[in-house]
Amino acid sequence: MKSRDESRETRAGGVPRRATRVVPFSRLISVLLALSAVQTLGLCAAIAADKVRPPENLQAFDVPNDAGTAIKLVWSPSPDDVPGPTNPVTHYSVRIEGRERSSHLQLGLLLQGRIPFVTYTAGTLTSVGLGPQVREFEFTKANPRTTYSIDVYASGAKGVASEPAHLEGVQSRVNWFNWTKLSFFLLTLAICGTVIVCTELARRGKPFYVRPIAGLQAIEEAVGRATEMGKPMLFVPGIQDMNEIDTVAGLTILASVARTAAEYDTPLEVPTTRALVMTAAREAVQAAALAAGRPDYYNEDRIYYVTDEQFGYVASVCGWMYREQPAACFFLGKFYAESLILAETGNAVGAIQIAGTAETTQLPFFVAACDYTLLGEELFAASAYLSGEPAQMGMLKGQDFGKLAAMVLVVVGCLIATWDAVSPRHADVDREQLRPRVQWITNTVLKGG
Amino acid sequence: MSKTVPVVIAALVGFLMIFAYFVPPLLSWRQTAEEWFTIVATIAMLLGGANLCVHHLQKISDRDAGWGFSAVTLAAFAITVGVGLLKVGVVPESAKHLDHAWSGQFQQEGGAFWWIYQYLFSPVVATMFALLAFYVASAAFRAFRAKNLEAMLLLVTALIVLVGQTKDREITSLFLPTPSDGSLPWMPIADLTEFIRKTFVTAGQRAIMIGVALGVVATSLRILLGLDRSYLGGDE
Repeated sequence: MKSRDESRETRAGGVPRRATRVVPFSRLISVLLALSAVQTLGLCAAIAADKVRPPENLQAFDVPNDAGTAIKLVWSPSPDDVPGPTNPVTHYSVRIEGRERSSHLQLGLLLQGRIPFVTYTAGTLTSVGLGPQVREFEFTKANPRTTYSIDVYASGAKGVASEPAHLEGVQSRVNWFNWTKLSFFLLTLAICGTVIVCTELARRGKPFYVRPIAGLQAIEEAVGRATEMGKPMLFVPGIQDMNEIDTVAGLTILASVARTAAEYDTPLEVPTTRALVMTAAREAVQAAALAAGRPDYYNEDRIYYVTDEQFGYVASVCGWMYREQPAACFFLGKFYAESLILAETGNAVGAIQIAGTAETTQLPFFVAACDYTLLGEELFAASAYLSGEPAQMGMLKGQDFGKLAAMVLVVVGCLIATWDAVSPRHADVDREQLRPRVQWITNTVLKGG
Repeated sequence: MSKTVPVVIAALVGFLMIFAYFVPPLLSWRQTAEEWFTIVATIAMLLGGANLCVHHLQKISDRDAGWGFSAVTLAAFAITVGVGLLKVGVVPESAKHLDHAWSGQFQQEGGAFWWIYQYLFSPVVATMFALLAFYVASAAFRAFRAKNLEAMLLLVTALIVLVGQTKDREITSLFLPTPSDGSLPWMPIADLTEFIRKTFVTAGQRAIMIGVALGVVATSLRILLGLDRSYLGGDE
């Protein structure tokens, strides 16, 4: 604001006159202080301008169907978080602090009749870099015994964070059943129940017919041929470990083959790719020799570990086949790319070959190169079939009921899919998308497993 | 007793694995069981190594057929284990442990173990794998002989699938103009191949897989309930 004299002089058209008065020292100090205060206020205002408002409506939910290991956080973005090049929110940060309530039973306190000592263990997790417009975060390392306090910050440029949106006392919950797998659970119960019922019926004397399996009937023929030719036999129980059910199924057939071989006194070679399989195979063959009344037949040197390496094993076994020219080869277990090399080598040396695997990709190779092939389920049925025990045969019949159920489900599924496709109610649904009923069957029933 | 204890352990762990699939709090137990399996399998590796040495030494000693291969196997085994354990050619990786010559990884690039793997082991394995092509050819030659109607159908289908997966695009592009809208030209054999694979092959595979799944359930139950002990040598 101009002084009265200055205004007058400006109005007159002349140059304003400079003040020539002497300023007192105390007044100078006050002016300097005032300037400093203004500068500080300006800086604060600038920082305040950078600071964004916190996210809103922060909520925490327990993630269902888990062991209490996850908490889902949901929030509404900060009011300042508006999409665009000038969006002041660069990211969100989540800070989770846990306090574990752990009870330590202290004998002294118990004897004094006081409650057990309780302590809290602190732990902090901070997650940064959740970009703008993010509205949720899943904390997957939660412990159901821990209480969490949660802060979510919206961060602006220059790393200035907002005030936190805060939640206290958040806890995850242990879920005792995974409800997304309910359909699979019911299906498992039904099939297992049928199998057990059939076993019980077989035990009580109900006769069950089981169709003959050519590959298993040929075992005796193969052993007999080897005996006549005076040549050894080869048994390969797959290339996987004992945790594969195919390997276990292969070993159960090995026990039967070894028993027949012991009766005929025909050498049986069992090279393995896993040491555990070697141990189990030795047990099976030894027991089979005892059962055949030929304990001297068992020679553990014929059951040995070669290597875990797929093609190293193949090289060793194929080399043995070319040198020893076995009269019969059994390939029963889990096989991959080596299946054809083994089977073709056996074919080249003129051996009678019986193979079986549950690997659908390897079955064509065995079918092409072997005399008999156990297709998928036949490999698993072999043990029961060879044992001839009523209880095990009953289980095979239970398996057949499972197949019947699968067939019914396939037909019902086809009918529902057809009904959905021709139904005018859903004519507006995109052709590329699944129709509602089929979608429900696919996503809820079938994907339950 | 020697058969009962393993069966009980197998049953308990087996049922635990099944229930853990549906009951989330049991997942940590399941992981523990899997870790135990890994530990047991690792211990069994020592057994396997010992067996390998004994087996091949015996073959060399008895001058069995192919005993020379056993000598090569034992030499390769000893060199690889020695080089790996002694970390030959390995240099420290961390600046903190420069004075500890063995602080690097045993399979470190440039090390002797890495060299053996890269320049000896991998080529040998690749060679074995490459042999598969010849075995496929000989098996296909035998399988696709047109002896009867079924074999002829198989042969024709195989030819369609083989050509459809290899040269149909190039062959078709010689005779058919590319559509003006930029879409892929109609490829009769490739499309037929896709139809065969998606419809017939998938249906057949799924049928087998359903049977396998049921077989796995029944076999698992037999083993878990102790009805089938033949994998342990039976009840004898």
